[in-house]
Amino acid sequence: MDIHEYQAKDILSGYGVKIAEGGLAYSPEDAVQRAREIGGHVWAVKAQIHSGARGKAGGIKICKTHDEVEAAAEAILGKKLVTHQTGPAGKVCSRLYIEAGTDIVKELYFCFLVDRSSERIVMVGSAQGGMEIEELAANNPEAITKIYIEPAVGLQDYQAREMAFALGLDLEIMSHAVKTIKGCYSALRALDVSMLEINPLVVTRSGELVALDAKMGFDDNALFRQLKISELRDKTQEDPREMAAADRGLSYVGLEGDIGCMINGAGLAMATMDMIKLAGGEPANFLDVGGGASAERTEKAFRLVLADKGVKAMLVNIFAGINRCDWIAEGVVQAVRKIDMKVPLIVRLSGTNVEEGRRIIAESGLPIITADTLAEAAEKAVQARNEVVAKEAALEI
Amino acid sequence: MAIFINETTRIIVQGFTGKIGSFHAQDMINYGSQVVGGITPGKGGQTHLGLPVFNTVKEAVYQVGAEASIIFVPPAFAADSIMEAADAGIKYCVAITDGIPTQDMMTVKNFLRRFPENERMVLTGPNCAGTISPGRAMLGIMPGHIYRQGNVGIVGRSGTLGYEAADQMKRLGIGISSSVGIGGDPINGSSHRDILEKFEQDPETKVILMIGEIGGPQEVEAGFYAKEYMTKPVIAYIAGLTAPEGRRMGHAGAIISSAEEGAAEKVAILRELGVVICPTPAAMGETVAAVLAGM
Repeated sequence: MDIHEYQAKDILSGYGVKIAEGGLAYSPEDAVQRAREIGGHVWAVKAQIHSGARGKAGGIKICKTHDEVEAAAEAILGKKLVTHQTGPAGKVCSRLYIEAGTDIVKELYFCFLVDRSSERIVMVGSAQGGMEIEELAANNPEAITKIYIEPAVGLQDYQAREMAFALGLDLEIMSHAVKTIKGCYSALRALDVSMLEINPLVVTRSGELVALDAKMGFDDNALFRQLKISELRDKTQEDPREMAAADRGLSYVGLEGDIGCMINGAGLAMATMDMIKLAGGEPANFLDVGGGASAERTEKAFRLVLADKGVKAMLVNIFAGINRCDWIAEGVVQAVRKIDMKVPLIVRLSGTNVEEGRRIIAESGLPIITADTLAEAAEKAVQARNEVVAKEAALEI
Repeated sequence: MAIFINETTRIIVQGFTGKIGSFHAQDMINYGSQVVGGITPGKGGQTHLGLPVFNTVKEAVYQVGAEASIIFVPPAFAADSIMEAADAGIKYCVAITDGIPTQDMMTVKNFLRRFPENERMVLTGPNCAGTISPGRAMLGIMPGHIYRQGNVGIVGRSGTLGYEAADQMKRLGIGISSSVGIGGDPINGSSHRDILEKFEQDPETKVILMIGEIGGPQEVEAGFYAKEYMTKPVIAYIAGLTAPEGRRMGHAGAIISSAEEGAAEKVAILRELGVVICPTPAAMGETVAAVLAGM
């Protein structure tokens, strides 16, 4: 789960990280009011969306008058911002963070993340901040310092110092840098943070170390014990279909294609989608219905897949282990009868009680296309989709 | 031989008396696994499924000689159960539980590394379907009947995709020495590489099918290991050709965080390392058959 910059800053400031004074605004009037409260002569108006690289997308504006703040707020609020992290769909901005301008001397890059290879937390820093770390890693990898943290004892002072020196910080702010770095690590451990990025971390003219931006991601598996963090969830930043799926205990990811999928198990789901692609089609979604696919759950999954109006055919691929094919088949038959399905349905069942499952589908009298193998299922789905598209094209002419 | 488990392995179930634990314990018993008891703290001394219940894993090790354990404990308590098993002297543990926090798994891995290697419990999972040595023993939640006994080792992240592979092989008359699920989490007990090493040492295993997916470095690390240290052919399928970058595909660990973690990229590296690639997920069985035929 991701949170907004202003939320991340609020959390980090509680752990001793310095941030610029700022406030949240939902309207241009709000924004001007916040600027007045903050005082000074320069403000940053920052779009709050779950993505980095907001500056390039026009989501961050530096303003020198209250009129400029108002105009910037007007321009950003309600706008759909597209970055390489949001994908082409973009994310709508409904909150602004108004922040006091910072007099920057130096921009640094700093982050913590879970390193899957060493199975440890790794601290990553670079004296060349302000850039995307991916760019830096590609163009100038030696400018990046990585320090691995021993989980049993945690981050040590010497490691924080090592990072501070690597960032090229002056001795005067060394102790503050150590406090900032250790504060971030404490937050990470206490709150089950999976990724914490401060880009840029800046040195100001007055010699302070300030987090100018902050991005935090949390381990979804740990949210059960991070109730305060769970409350920070902003549903407007997440795909509504994915949210609806998660609420029903299903795992769904919307994609660009037009063959809807319902599969049990994440690996089999990905493999089935691969198979669709290899057969010449494009999957409309990833959907793992999990182990205990009851009739009720099957119906919910059908509704979810078919809510995507671009779907031209639907493929169900179930390998029953704990599940039983006959239960799945009954669920499918019920779902098709209840929902007025307008697109062809291809069903492939395998595993426990497969004969019984196939018999139920066959005897239902419904126009369900069946397949015995994975390859056959994908081919039939692509073929059915092509027929639908051809029919639609003929109607248009 | 097979790896990790066989017909004499003495098995306990952690989270024994719960609904899920009971169901799968019975299924494992029906398959022929030597289940010798289970753990549910507070229910020690009771009998469940005709077997003794213990309060602690240590008691089960002392009293019934437990060697292997399977964990059905809820995510919030699963890491603790894994460490209890390791500390009690269990040799092999399968964690079925899905949803264990990443930091808990980091703690578990760190805890396991404290033991000298020859006394260290091997953990596979979490978030997996378990391990089966067909015809001998099942320590997992898979449908046992789809596996035929034989000489192919399977290691994979996904449960149902592993079933698909076993089923394709059975249709072609090919059997399996052991099939090991390593689970879909970002930090797991054993990596693909760790399991390849076990299969390399197992005289019964002739070839290995590795079923990987997008995300993380493990498939590529296993490829380098195979090239450097293995005499047996390794065949691989990597799921997730259509997965977009930065999106989590069901498994907590199935996410492309950097360019080299995509399916096509992993396949290219593995091919370069001499791993035989299955062209499609529907061709896992055929590809294994072709490699076996060429030996």
